[in-house]
Amino acid sequence: MNTVGASNHQTIESRVVDIIARQAMVGAQQLGVKSEIAALGLDSLGLVEVIFALEQAFDIQIPFNANDRRDDQSALKTVGSVVEMIIALLAQKNGSQDQ
Amino acid sequence: MRRVVITGQGTVNALGMNVRETLSAFKEARLGIGALKFPDVERLSIRIGAQMTGYNPQDHFTARELAVYDRFTQYAILAAKEAMLQSGLKITEELAPRCGAIVGSAAGGLQTQDVAYREVFEDRKNAVHPLTVPRLMVSAAASHLSTIHNLRGPSYAPSSACASSNHAIGQAFHLIRGGSCTAMLAGGAESPLCFGGIKAWEALRVLSPDACRPFSANRNGLVQGEGSAIFVLEDREHARARGADILAEVAGFAMNGDAHDIVKPSRQGAAGAMAAALADARLDPDDIGYINAHGTGTRANDSIECAAIRDVFGPHAETMAVTSTKSMHGHLMGATGAVELLAVIMAMRDGIIAPTIGYQQHDPDCALDVVPNAARNGRVTAALSNAFAFGGLNAVLALKAV
Repeated sequence: MNTVGASNHQTIESRVVDIIARQAMVGAQQLGVKSEIAALGLDSLGLVEVIFALEQAFDIQIPFNANDRRDDQSALKTVGSVVEMIIALLAQKNGSQDQ
Repeated sequence: MRRVVITGQGTVNALGMNVRETLSAFKEARLGIGALKFPDVERLSIRIGAQMTGYNPQDHFTARELAVYDRFTQYAILAAKEAMLQSGLKITEELAPRCGAIVGSAAGGLQTQDVAYREVFEDRKNAVHPLTVPRLMVSAAASHLSTIHNLRGPSYAPSSACASSNHAIGQAFHLIRGGSCTAMLAGGAESPLCFGGIKAWEALRVLSPDACRPFSANRNGLVQGEGSAIFVLEDREHARARGADILAEVAGFAMNGDAHDIVKPSRQGAAGAMAAALADARLDPDDIGYINAHGTGTRANDSIECAAIRDVFGPHAETMAVTSTKSMHGHLMGATGAVELLAVIMAMRDGIIAPTIGYQQHDPDCALDVVPNAARNGRVTAALSNAFAFGGLNAVLALKAV
């Protein structure tokens, strides 16, 4: 689980759930780590907006190109994989700031 | 109904400062895409484009002219000058009211806007250049072509994103065919390569970070370009009477709307536009030897465009050449169809098909003859030029050899 503690992980997860739920127009309580992003009914623009909202919320840059094949976008498969990606990107950012 | 021909063509783009250089680049499969150079490029994640790197405005225009010409206008003026020179058309007082300029552009004076915003927001200045509005208006290029060449008939700027210049050429064709005009300057101009221009596109996540590879399985997005191409369209009888060199005939045009989605293309819309262009030109699918595809290099466009071509052409789709020259000159947005028309005319006049470069991997969804990576000889007597814009605005030109 990289460098973040359990409580921090919990906070990140709930923020990610909130952001995705708002874009997908579903209740946050309906989403869990196992929820599939593809099943949320987001169109391609909705997905780009989710990524933008996550980037703004966590002040990170998420590598994403809408032209990639779906199977190359495994980090965006479930809510849980998105959380793991955010944690990794935050660790990367903090690491590069320490240097 | 009158027949309409092309008697002049001109261009500036990343492949060349005129038609001759551009056609040489097509024949040599030369890449016009490279590292972007402009202020703040290091703050972008996309840093490639088809930029006119050797272009210096002061080499072509006076300081007074540059005060009122945004770059997209400069490009249109240079392209139109070449086209008019080639056509040999003299705009007499009698002819002037029957001639105009239709110049498509997606964004108009984007660089002027970028500079003005920087001045007031970043530099905290309290005023911008007094000519900011006449520089940035999307119709500025059309107005200046009208003024410079004394064209007193219909002049305006269609703006339909990536289909703008095909709409411009198609509308000029209609005006001449219908008899209300005798000759028109038509094409497109675009200068999107500045920090704000690329930043906005970057956010949409459809730009490629490394190359434009239309129809290739590993394609990963479009690459922006800049420049202009302008054509002289003329009533065929008028052109013949004055002994003009006729480059090609504009035989048909069709435009439609997908009524579907603001970014996603539609197979039905694309197929409908191609079929209608063929019908308008009274051409059979089998007559077409070459299609200059929209071929942006995005995952969605290329596979849907190929499927639409198969829908319209059936088995003949497998026997004709379908190439995307955007792989060389980039996607010039509102000017792209005009630059691509140069390749269509080259195919019919010189018998050389401009290639799709950057092609690396076979994609079963795009398995047409895309003339990969090297130009090829081929006899083409009729051709289509496709433009399918964001928001589902489609415009297809049909051309015949003379």
